[in-house]
Formats: sequence, C-alpha cells, structure tokens
Amino acid sequence: MRNYLLPDFLVQVGEGCSACGRCARECSFGVISMESGRPVARHSRCVACARCVTFCPTGALRVVPNQVAHRHNPYWSVSLRHDLMRQAQTGGMLLAGAGNDLAYQSIWDHLLLDASQVTNPSIDPLREPMEVVTFLGAKPSALQVEARPEGTLRLAHPLPPQIRLEVPILLGAMSLGAVNLNVHRILARAAQETGTLWNCGEGGLHEELYEFGPSTVVQVASGRFGVHPRYLERAAAVEIKMGQGAKPGIGGHLPGEKVTAEIAATRMIPEGADALSPAPHHDIYSIEDLAQLVGAVKQATGFAKPVGVKIAAVHHVAAIASGAVRAGADFVTVDGFRGGTGAAPKVVRNHMGIPLELALAAVDDRLREEGIRNEVTLVASGGIRSSGDMVKALALGADAVAVGTAALVSLGCTLCQACHTGRCAWGLTTQDPKLAARQDLEEGVERVGNLIRAWATELREVLGALGINAVESLRGNRERLRAVGLDAETLAVLGVQAAGRE
Amino acid sequence: MVPGQVIGDLMAAMHDRSNGLGGGFAAYGIYPEMADSYAIHVIYDRDDHRSAVEQLLSAATFLVRSERIYTRPTPGIGVAPDMWRYFVQVPPANLGGLSEEDYVVRLVMRVNMELPGSWVVSCGKNLGVFKGVGYPEDIANFFRLEEYRAYQWIGHGRFPTNTVAWWGGAHPFSLLEWSVVHNGEISSYGINRRYVEMFGYRCTLRTDTEVLVYLVDLLVRRHRLPWRLLYAILAPPFWEQIERMSDPDRRELYTALRQVYGSAMANGPFSIIIGHSRGMIGLTDRAKLRPLMAAREGFRFYLASEESAIRSVAPNLDCIWAPKAGFPAEGRLLSQGVSA
Ligand code: SF4
Ligand code: SF4
Repeated sequence: MRNYLLPDFLVQVGEGCSACGRCARECSFGVISMESGRPVARHSRCVACARCVTFCPTGALRVVPNQVAHRHNPYWSVSLRHDLMRQAQTGGMLLAGAGNDLAYQSIWDHLLLDASQVTNPSIDPLREPMEVVTFLGAKPSALQVEARPEGTLRLAHPLPPQIRLEVPILLGAMSLGAVNLNVHRILARAAQETGTLWNCGEGGLHEELYEFGPSTVVQVASGRFGVHPRYLERAAAVEIKMGQGAKPGIGGHLPGEKVTAEIAATRMIPEGADALSPAPHHDIYSIEDLAQLVGAVKQATGFAKPVGVKIAAVHHVAAIASGAVRAGADFVTVDGFRGGTGAAPKVVRNHMGIPLELALAAVDDRLREEGIRNEVTLVASGGIRSSGDMVKALALGADAVAVGTAALVSLGCTLCQACHTGRCAWGLTTQDPKLAARQDLEEGVERVGNLIRAWATELREVLGALGINAVESLRGNRERLRAVGLDAETLAVLGVQAAGRE
Repeated sequence: MVPGQVIGDLMAAMHDRSNGLGGGFAAYGIYPEMADSYAIHVIYDRDDHRSAVEQLLSAATFLVRSERIYTRPTPGIGVAPDMWRYFVQVPPANLGGLSEEDYVVRLVMRVNMELPGSWVVSCGKNLGVFKGVGYPEDIANFFRLEEYRAYQWIGHGRFPTNTVAWWGGAHPFSLLEWSVVHNGEISSYGINRRYVEMFGYRCTLRTDTEVLVYLVDLLVRRHRLPWRLLYAILAPPFWEQIERMSDPDRRELYTALRQVYGSAMANGPFSIIIGHSRGMIGLTDRAKLRPLMAAREGFRFYLASEESAIRSVAPNLDCIWAPKAGFPAEGRLLSQGVSA
C-alpha cells in the first residue's frame, strides 16, 4: 500500500557541518545515516526527539516541523488526518507514549496564588525556618494522651506507620520495563538523597535496588509482576495499583521484545514473553475485594508500613477514593488524565479520565464531608509540570505530589512521545543496552535531585510570600487560591473563588 | 469582681490600635443569678428575624428569660442591630444522645447557618459578649459596661484589613465558655476552617478569628487535650526543636501532634487571648510577629498588646513580662474574683 503520510519533521543539515557523524550515532530512530561522508536524513522516521541537535558539536543541525500547506482546518487537525491515514494503512489501534497532549483546558494555568502584605507580613525563607516536611501514612482523627507518673505526657497509642518525607514531592511509578534499570537506579538514589520516596511501578524491584528499600514504594498491580515476600518486606510502603491516569480502565502492556533477561527475572516471567497486566485485578471485582487485598498486604508486611491505593481520575473518583480509604488505604494516589505512560492506546490516553485538579478537589471534599480526610495521605499525580502546579495541588488538598514525566524531562526527555517504540534516544523508555547506557548514574542522580531541591526551594519561597512557615498551613488552604477565566461550576468543584472576590 | 469601667479604660489607652470599625468585650461572671443557664447573646440585623430564633430556642430549650440587651445612645456608634439575650436550659430529654455542650453548639451553628439575619455572639454560662462597630471605649459606653461586674474581662479594638467591618465580625468570638480575641491574621484560615468543618463547626462570621474559638472547643473540650498541647498545636515547635527533645516519649508526642493536627496549626502573625471560665491565656505565633505583654498585680492577672494599657489601670504591678514566642502566659482563677 502506498504511504500517504508526509514526514512530520524535517532534519536540515546546515552550513557548519563538519561531517563528524555524531548525529548518525545519536539518532536511535534510524533517521540519519552517513552517506559519502555527509549526514543524510530519512525525514519520515524523525520524531523530533532533538537528540541529534543537542549533541551536534557544530550546531549545524535543525529539526523543523514539516510545514506542508495542508488546508488549515482547526476541526480536522493535521494530526487527526495523519492518524486516519495511519489506521487506513495498518487497520490497527494507534499506540502512543508519554501523556495526553490535547489542548484541554489546563486548570492549573487558571489558578493564581495569594501573597501577603501589611497585616500578615511575608516571611523571608532565607532567614526564617520554612518547614516542608510531610508524612505519608494514616492519621487518627484525634490523639489520646496519658500522663506518666512524673506528670509528663505521652501518647496513649502509637500512630499507624508514618514515613517522613523531607519534601512533599515523590517520584511517581514507572515500571522496570517502561523504563530501564539505569533509570530505576537513578530514581532510587535521587529519592534516597533528597529524603523522599520513589515508586518502582508494577514491574517488580530489581535485586540490585533492594538496598534502596527504605526509599522505595513498591506496587502490587493486576499482573502481580515481581510480587513476593521479600519485595514487600524491603519496601517502605506498598501501593496497590488500581488505575493509571494515562490509561484508566486498562492494564500495563509490555511487549515481549522489551522483556530482557533482567526484566524477566524481576517480573518473574519468561524472557521474551509479553507482560500483560489484566485490566482489572482478577481478585478485585468490588470494594470489599479491595479491602481484602489491602488487609492481606498489611498482614503480609506485619502492619509495619503504609499500604496505599492508586486510582485514576475518572468520573466517580471521589466515591472510589472514599471507598479505598474505608478499605483501609493509608494513602491514596489520584492520577490525573495528563499522566504519562510508556505505551497506551491513543484513544484511551487522549480521551479518558478527568483533570487532576478537579479530581483532587472532589476527592479532598468528599473525604472531608465524610470526616475521613485525616485517615489518609492524599498524593496527587499526573501531569504536575512545575513547582507552581505542585503548590496549587497542595492548596487544593494534596499532601504531596508525585512526578514522573517531569523527572524524565530532567533526565533529557523531550516529550517526543515515542516511548512506545522502545527507541528512546535519551535512554529512558528503552531496553536497548546501548541506549540505556546514555543515562549516566551520577549525573542522572544529580539532575533529578536538583529538580526536587529546586522545587523545594521554590515551595519555601512561596510559603514565605504567603506568610506561612509550614507546608501544613498550605495544604487544603484553598482560601489562598483565586481563579481567572473558569466557569461557576468549575469554581464550585474546585472550591476556589474567582479572582477579585474577597 | 471588676467593673466594666476598668476594661474600658484599658482599651482606651490602646485607642490607636483600632480604627473605629470594631470593639468588643467578653465578661465572665456577670450573670451569677443565672449561672446554670446558657446565656445566649444574639444580634439581629432586623427585628423581624427575631421570631424565628425565639421559636427555635423555645422548641429546643427551656427558655428561662429573654430580654433586649440594654444600651445607651453613644456618639461614634452608628446604627446598631437589635441585640437580645436569652437564658436557656437544655431539657435532658432533648439531648438525643448528645452532650449538653454539643447540643448547644449545634443549636448555635443552626442559628448562624440557617436563620437569616441572626447571629449568636456568645452562648456560655455566666458570661456574655458585647461587641460592635466602633472604638472599644465607645462600645463599652454603648453597652453600659460600667453596670456589669465580672471576674474576668477581655476586650478588643479592631482595625479590620481583610474582611468587612460588621457587628458580628467584631471580637471576641465566643462559644460556650470560650472566647478569643486576636491581634494579627490567621494566614492558615482556609485550612483551619475546612478542618473544623469536618467536625461540624460552620464559620459564618466572616472573620478568621472565629475559627480559633472552634479549634479551642474541638481540641480542649471534645478531644480533651490538655492546654499545653493546645498551644503546641496552634503554635507548634519547629521540627528542629522537636528533634532536639531528649525525652523520646516527648519527641514522639510532639511529632504526632504535628502529624495529626497540622491542619489546626494557626499560621501567620498573631497574639491571642483565650478566655475560659477558669482563667485566660495569652499566646503568640511561633515567631512572635505580634506583641503581647503579661503582668500581675496582687491577685489580678493582665494581658495586653501594650504595657501602657496595663499600666493605665494597674500602676503598681508586681511583675510584667513579654511571653516568649509560642509560649503561653496563663492566668488561673483561684476562686471567683481572685486570680493568679
Ligand atoms: S529522531 Fe531525534 S535524533 Fe533522530 S533525526 Fe529526529 S530529532 Fe534527530
Ligand atoms: S521518554 Fe524518550 S521516547 Fe519517551 S517522550 Fe521522553 S524522550 Fe521521547
């Protein structure tokens, strides 16, 4: 069949090219090859990952959008037309990597923060303490104390298990398989160094990383990949994955070609076999079943660590979150529709789920209405792009945020959305050892660590400007948010007033 | 017992801290002959809103006495709402499993939430709150406070900045035996409010201070926490200080207080006075961004934003001190009329 698709991008070799061949070596999509000593491009394969441009020593390369004069039609966008052609050629479901890129309204960008002046002086975070420590775990709604014989007080009952996070930023779940072991090494060490947690995702935890157990959240997902007693024992916390924002309603799919020996051993499946997580957990068909699994995991871990549930932001997310809390979840991760993924059917990635902002507000409200907000740590994830988004998420009601895509971007990811091809030129979502080797451990740890430290510094700065010196006074404090350009219904869901209102 | 003249004079000394948009007083011990009834002070923006409240009170309580709160025309005080006080008792049969206090709190929340144009400004036994829009010394004159004698007075002059001035928004804010006056701003109000709402309180008075009185009620009365833990919740020690605590039980307790009651922390600059039936407490935020002075003269205990205010009514102090940031100054009642 003749291919009607025109290249999305053009690779242009300009004047200064020294013909060093670096671009050809860097391109993992087979776009550039050296022919007669000159780089030559097969444009149609280019995904605009910008790897070649970044590494070209002479700055001679350009990757530009292929501006064909398709008749402008905002309704039938070029990318839609391309998708139709692709489907006409293959008859298959379109796969996509990374997160939903459609231009749905980003509510974060319509929320603005308050600042202090006069009556509530702002605080200088360089001079005054500014506390951002956060604890992951269920809290009782009231404390009971008892007096010791000498008159001092102590707790009558110890609290359920708590994990201290130096910053309210977690590294979100990315499975071994979706990313490679090098990336896991980086995330694990970065989490340890910054005093937070990373999440190994649903593909198990490589033996080599067991030493990072105290900084690790391990997942139990519908495929039960890599779940065994030591896995649970080593973890700081366990997360039962019920859903994922990028692909609510379906399980993770790792094609056999990505299942290397390492991954096979970690997932406890044969090498080269497809690792297909079933859409539902086959032992969870109702909320009672989830309660049983939460209970089973707690029992298996001696009630010594928080057990959480991750859910995708979908229409009934508030009811589901409330059910999860009542099922015993010590933390609930709400994953919004902008969340990333190694691979997902495009139709699901682009059209399912709801925005994190609304889901988070609805969940926090519901848990408060039911008087159980205290009993759970609420983690917001799925498309948190900046410390600004993080601060707004905290103000809407999250205890902490989890970042995946942002961490990958700190490691070089350019959001070319080619993760599902397994050819990530930045060595992230690929199992090709040559490509994976592009991630240098030391440098990667520093980059991810810097990202977390930078956001923490920015959080302190914002707290100071808000005139508060502890993050717990920001959490759920929607009074410090105002909205511009949102309709009344959205404002009501968010529990935020329009800008200009007192 | 101290006549209302004294607190009026003390507040007059701090005239410049107000701007005429709010003044108020809590008087403890002013209704000795009605000491076992809840004294419910209500303000009505219009007289025709009164019948709904009175119907509710007659149905829900045993109404012992009701009367208009007497006032006198005072220059500087504009149009005043109608103000009434009701002395009520709760028939045990009405409680339906609630404690008497919880029952009264619910009743108050219902009036404030559901009945238009009516707000309960105080509802404790043997105490009353008198407040309005004006300078505190004028408010004292307006309410003829010199005619009341209390064992404990708390006064406040307001300079509202974040919310509009109205009669219900003047300090003190009071619920049951608690009353709170506040100098500063609760920058954490948004979450403090959502936190107390989880426990059935409703903030209706459009001022951040209101939430503090509900926090006191929740933590001290309902959660039965000792006072010193209330201070550690409102103005908690910094993590650094907690980590330095040598006694592991203490460290665990203070850690748990922050973990469990983080949403109840009052963040932002404040000095507050919390009144209760057996004394009063002065407390500042943990960075002490607002002034507070405490003093003693004989058996009398004083708290004020300014030393001059205390000295204006008590020239021969035994001692005067500035409480440390986040540390309370507590005055306890020895017996009615004697404090230390
Ligand atoms: S795929 Fe990436 S590396 Fe290859 S040509 Fe395109 S931009 Fe350059
Ligand atoms: S992870 Fe790699 S393939 Fe995926 S979007 Fe980022 S750069 Fe592209």
